[in-house]
Parts: sequence; C-alpha cells; structure tokens
Amino acid sequence: MSTHHLPEHPDFLWRNPEPKSSYDAVIVGGGGHGLATAYFLAKNHGMTNIAVLEKGWLAGGNMARNTTIIRSNYLWDESAAIYEHALKLWEILPEELEYDFLFSQRGVMNLAHTLGDVRESMRRVGANKLNGVDAEWLDPQQVKELCPILNINDNIRYPVMGATYQPRAGIAKHDHVAWAFARKCDELGVDIIQNCEVTGFLKDGNRVVGVKTNQGTIHTEKVGLCAAGHSSVLAEMAGFRLPIQSHPLQALVSELHEPVHPTVVMSNHVHVYVSQAHKGELVMGAGVDSYNGYGQRGSFHVIEHQMAAAVELFPIFARAHVLRTWGGIVDTTLDASPIVGTTPVENMFVNCGWGTGGFKGTPAAGMTFAHTIATGAPHKLNRPFALERFETGALIDEHGAAAVAH
Amino acid sequence: MLLISCPNCGSRDETEFHYGGQAHVPYPENPNELNDREWAEFLFYRDNTNGTFAERWLHSTGCRQWFNMLRDTVTYDIQAVYPMGTPRPASAFPAAAESGTASTAADSTTIGTASPSTSATSTSAPEGATK
Repeated sequence: MSTHHLPEHPDFLWRNPEPKSSYDAVIVGGGGHGLATAYFLAKNHGMTNIAVLEKGWLAGGNMARNTTIIRSNYLWDESAAIYEHALKLWEILPEELEYDFLFSQRGVMNLAHTLGDVRESMRRVGANKLNGVDAEWLDPQQVKELCPILNINDNIRYPVMGATYQPRAGIAKHDHVAWAFARKCDELGVDIIQNCEVTGFLKDGNRVVGVKTNQGTIHTEKVGLCAAGHSSVLAEMAGFRLPIQSHPLQALVSELHEPVHPTVVMSNHVHVYVSQAHKGELVMGAGVDSYNGYGQRGSFHVIEHQMAAAVELFPIFARAHVLRTWGGIVDTTLDASPIVGTTPVENMFVNCGWGTGGFKGTPAAGMTFAHTIATGAPHKLNRPFALERFETGALIDEHGAAAVAH
Repeated sequence: MLLISCPNCGSRDETEFHYGGQAHVPYPENPNELNDREWAEFLFYRDNTNGTFAERWLHSTGCRQWFNMLRDTVTYDIQAVYPMGTPRPASAFPAAAESGTASTAADSTTIGTASPSTSATSTSAPEGATK
C-alpha cells in the first residue's frame, strides 16, 4: 500500500487524555513495543480500558533513534520464528493500521569478509531456509549487481567474499510506524499518556496493583514493562532484578543524496550497516559502546570505526557529510536475545532485552507480549524467551550468529 | 569519549582500555553448594545502576593492569579510580575539572600486585569485596 502523500500531522492522530484512576492494564513505555502491545491487547484480546505511559514524548526514545532495519535472518529456531513472524506482520500492517509507514522490502545483504564469515554465512542461509525464511548466498559479483556502489576489489583489508541476502527484508519509516500504532490504539480507546514518568509500583503482597507516576497514582490489575534501556530501573522499583546491561548505541545520517544505495548492507566483521532513507540520507550504525551508560550519547571512536569501514566499502561516501549523530540506550542480555514474559512479581510482565535489534521485532513483540499480559501465560513464540532461561541454561545464543555483533 | 586516568600511566583515551563490567563481584566461596538460581545470579545478573557505578577497567594497550573506577552512568563523569583489592570508596568524589577523573589511588605502583581476596562469604557483593 502506498498513498504517496505524507500522513497527517501527529498532533491530530491521537488524544492526549488525563490519566484515569484505574485501568485493566498499564503499559509502561510509549515506544514501538509499548504501542504495539497496546494495539494487540485491544485488537486480539478486547482489552481497551488500558493506558500506555510514556515518560517523555511518544516514541521519542529508542523508537526515534534506530536505523529502521527489518529482517528475520536469525540463526536459531526460536529467533527465526519470532522475527519471521514479525516480518510477516510488517507485510500486512500498513493495510491493517490503515496508515502508510513506507515499509520498503529492498532486501538486506550481510557481507562476509573472511573464510570464517563465509562458512558461518552459508550455515545461516541453510538454517534460514529450513525455517522458511527467505535467504540466498551471493558471490561478490552478485553483490555488486545488487548494490553497484559497493567496492568488491580484493585489494582492501577485508575484501567482500560474498554475502547472505534476504530479499523480503528492508526498512520502514520508524516514527510513522509509531504514529500508525498510536493512531489505531487511540481509535480502539487506549489512553496514551505522555510526560508521565513511573516513579514506583503499588503492591499487595507480591502482586502489583498500581503504578505511581508524576501524574498521580493509577490502579491497575496488570502491568507490562516495555521500557527498553530503562527496564532494569523499573524492575528495581518493583523489587526484582533483570540480567540486563544498558549500553549507548549510536547512529548517524548524512546529508541528503540522490538515490545511490538500493538495498541495505550490513557487515558484522568491519561493523557498519548502511541504508538510504526515503528522503535520501545515508543511515549508518555500528556497535554499542563497551561500557554501561544511560546518557544517550556514545564515544567518537565508534563513529570513526564505522566511517572507516563505510568508506572502504563504499568509496563514493568519502565526500558525504555527516548531518547528525545520536545515541539510544539499548538493553543487552548475555545471550543477545530478548526477555518477554512473566516476572517474579505477580501480574507484572516484562518485554525487554532486545538490545540492538528491537525495531524489527516490534509487531511480534507486541503481539506475543499482549498475549502474555492478557492470558498470564506465554505465547508459543515468546515461551523460549522467558526470564527463567538464565536459570535453566536454555539460552538462545545469537551472539555473532544473528548476522551482526551485539 | 572518556578520558580515563590510569593509576599507572595517567590520563589516556578510552580506546586504550577494555571494559570489565561491574566491580566487587566475588567468585562464590562454595560453588558446589550453589543452586541454579544462585548460579544464574553469579553468571548473568549484574547491577545496571543508573548513577554512580563501580566497574573494572583494563589498560590493555598501556600497563595492562586492571583497576576499579567509580563512574556516573548518566553523565559519564569519572568520580574515582582505585586499585583492585581495595574497597569501594565510601562516597562519590566530585569529578576533577580538567581530566574528568579524581584518582584516589594512594600508591599506584602496588596496583598490579594486590592479590584477589577469596574471603567473601556469599555470592552477593558485600561492601569492600574484591574484584
């Protein structure tokens, strides 16, 4: 679906109500995951007396700070299942939400630069195919055909030895995704409350019964945490711990250019990922800063590394100017997989730990988390991502396997 | 970009260092007695402090010595640098104006030789536990 005109100004897409004194469920965090959760609670489970609380402005956290890449070429069965479900939802959501958020299935290439990369990539292509995820192996010449500006000469430090390719992958316009969900949530009766910071929780024994906020106390039967980088801060308020470490992750864009970059290119080994936004900016990201941080800014040497990699791979970028850089706070787990499910506190649920890759998972995170909140039990797609896996040892170790280093 | 004051080498760029995560997390004294929950706590659960955080750093391209540091995870101000094996400073120190660092290491030459204590009695980190 493409309407070829810009959506309405966001001020008019949802109400800005005062919080009521009680709701059937409260979602903490008004980013993509929180809004998607509220949407699926309303649509799939008929829960419309619910609120989404956002401490800042709607979708102004990581939802406004990512590189908008959507793909499902994960190695392990559990990850492939949830990310592929997300991709299938991305494919139908513009129509379902009646809002064009410019989902563009321009394909994603993950480059291989060493023999180890090549073997690992081919293994992932095989695993993807077995899981029903579209995947191909491309030789350097095929890489060049898909993205002519890529340098495939073998005289650079890490020459392109091939790539995996997922044709159905792509990008979407992240802020419009949030507005699309928010608009539909609002239509379904969900209260979206901005500038509402959670300061504590009300508990009856071990059961959560309310949320304390800077706009007053809200009583509720269920609480869903969707606060990404700040999830462990909320968990601490509620009296439990999460195996999460929050790190700054940066991205940057260039000035606008004519269309030169027809797909999405990612490289784990030299670590840069590049796409061209609809308006024409080159959008780039790389790895997280090594240290813990909540400051929404990162280290300059990370940008230096990603730019060095980008210029070697795309020589024509050498004269592009950086327009702006920014940072988000990502919540990393030690197996680089999310945590979606129940918590040690009764009626409190958590969706976090998506690390550097939460945007692509937005619809599936929302759909499965809504199921968990509504029924109190995991959906089959999020069951493997329970908090208990850190005790049972049933980890889903996507470190390096998921086509990008975390 | 952090400017980190190595106790042995002085102020150096962050790129010379490796991050070692939370400080003062002792190895379990009686590992055979730990249940799965306690092992999970030791292996996977670390504080994720929003504010002053005690953490370990390695000056990997300099003296190759580990040291501890108090750093604010919101402002990234470095409040104290202190040797492995010594307790966490009781309170946060104001950041030094020039380097962003206030070193509290009294005798920096001993830092690499402080032997880690194994006397901690639980898997939770008591104040002053080593590493």
